Amino acid sequence: MASKAQRMPRGLRIATSIFIIVWFFLAAFPFFWTLWGSFKVELDFFSIADWTNSLTGERTVAEHGSPFTGRGYEGAWIQEEFWRNVINTFIVCFFVVTISLTIGTLGGYALSRSTYNYTFWLLITALIFRAMPPITLVSGYLLPFFEWNVWGILPTTIIVLVAINQPFTLWMLHSFFKNIPKELDESAKVDGCNQFQAFRRVIIPIMWPGVITTGLFSFLLAYNDFAVTAMLLSESNRTMVPAIAAFLGTTQTEGNVMFAVAAVVSATVPLFILVMFFQRQIVSGLTAGAVKG
Amino acid sequence: MRHKTFLWFFLPTGAAMILFIFMPIISVLMQSVYAPHEAVLEEVENCVPLVGCTIETKINQDATAALREAEPLGRFVGLEIYKDRGHLATEEVKAAWAESETWGEFREKLTNLPFYRAMGFTLTFIIFVTPLGIILGLAIALAVNSLHRHLKGLMIFFSLLPMIVTPLIGSLVLFWMIDSRGIIGSALVGLVGDPNFSLKASTGLMWVALIVYGIWHAAPFGFVVFYAGLQTLPKDQLESAQIDGATRWQQIRYVVIPHLMPLVTFVGLIQLMDNFKIFEPIVGFQASAHATSLSWIIYNDMSGETRQLSAASATSVLTILGVAILLSPVLVRTWHDFKGAK
Repeated sequence: MASKAQRMPRGLRIATSIFIIVWFFLAAFPFFWTLWGSFKVELDFFSIADWTNSLTGERTVAEHGSPFTGRGYEGAWIQEEFWRNVINTFIVCFFVVTISLTIGTLGGYALSRSTYNYTFWLLITALIFRAMPPITLVSGYLLPFFEWNVWGILPTTIIVLVAINQPFTLWMLHSFFKNIPKELDESAKVDGCNQFQAFRRVIIPIMWPGVITTGLFSFLLAYNDFAVTAMLLSESNRTMVPAIAAFLGTTQTEGNVMFAVAAVVSATVPLFILVMFFQRQIVSGLTAGAVKG
Repeated sequence: MRHKTFLWFFLPTGAAMILFIFMPIISVLMQSVYAPHEAVLEEVENCVPLVGCTIETKINQDATAALREAEPLGRFVGLEIYKDRGHLATEEVKAAWAESETWGEFREKLTNLPFYRAMGFTLTFIIFVTPLGIILGLAIALAVNSLHRHLKGLMIFFSLLPMIVTPLIGSLVLFWMIDSRGIIGSALVGLVGDPNFSLKASTGLMWVALIVYGIWHAAPFGFVVFYAGLQTLPKDQLESAQIDGATRWQQIRYVVIPHLMPLVTFVGLIQLMDNFKIFEPIVGFQASAHATSLSWIIYNDMSGETRQLSAASATSVLTILGVAILLSPVLVRTWHDFKGAK
């Protein structure tokens, strides 16, 4: 690949390798460390006496007879009923992704096909909305939601997250639809389709790559949200992230930090799998706005 | 596309944004100029035979409830909430300015006010994290780009993790490691040689920890964008630079970096806005005694038993103004692009 002149001198090659290894370590080690430690007892994971205890699990052996224990997971999933939060998270994510993609593709398609000036102003408004931290909107939600008695339930949170998601979805899908030539829907219209039929029969079959990428980011937004879910969900309807935050408050007094550690590992696993399978889409989504702009 | 067709296509998403973004902004603005009603007081003459009469001041529960029912927004106070001690604290700042002899003293007094304390940390965070995140991202991109094809995929996978993982979870994972009983924390204790040494106890160290988290979280975004930019590097320019005898560093300095410059601006602007919103790490690191941000103040005002919606709203409006200022260069640029495209 690299021409001879491009090949690095030995010293630089070594320096680069060291740098890459250090970064790899920084990026990956914390997760593996926490995963390993989540199967230990608290005195091993947080060992005052000797840090090698967290590797060998000396206390864990003393307490449970083997260097690995599922006690943290048992405590989190069964005792603290973390499975409810997991189910809630997946309900929220599923509906947020489907609804925001459905209404987002319609809007994004319209924005990419209309030639009037107002599309620009709509996109600018969306950009401003996108830049606002979601938490600044929350105090605006609370009073009306209390008034209408819809605070604390999942559907409210889903709709709010869909709306917060829309500006981003619109931008992403708009730039994606821009790359699909207009001639395609023009010719469908010549053949007697109206705008919606052209969208349905011509655009939908070829839009999947862009929709999948956008869907991934919608999923991440809903999955990673803390500000909205923490403020808008009642205790019994919590999703994973606010539940973990609540764990910190309750478990530390009871000496059950390991429940929180196990919950954190459980919540990271789906993200690992997601990045593993959709790495290419995530990279292309992140760079879509940048390289072209 | 005709106006009517456009309207139908855009209606669902437009309605969602109007109802749940635009209206809440209006609602936040309204709440920030209204304060909750004070309790209605009444004077009751309390007469006990033989002792005499005393006048007591009591809360009239019914009247208070009725008033709150009639005007749920509260009483109009104008910009009072913005000027109070929890927000811009105009009086306190004036007093501090008048009393302080030196800049240091003035700064000292300002950091006792919640709003300025939060701004102080947020600005420090932005100043360190934005450039360092970009530089680290660029370095990773250059290094990964020189790797073998098979290793690239693996490195991209692991490099994405710090950014993709939920910020609260990422900060907890790091926090448990730097806890004085965690692996890095106890290593530091060993290094310093003081068994009572703790990151959590020192404001300076907590700031460093948050900034390190911020860079860890921000670098992958820069990396991905720069890495994509490196794939479109002008090969012929690089070759002619080599023929002219440019060293490796000169090639990077005069060909690669100019090529990536628009991306640096892009990443910088995005990071600037992101870092301004810093919130989850403060919760995850339990750092609120040492470092706060505007988002954290809003969260703190709203959670707990007494939801201080007026205070939270005023801080929200100030945050939105801050974001708007940071966003203005992007808007100007989009406007120029739009005009150029026409």
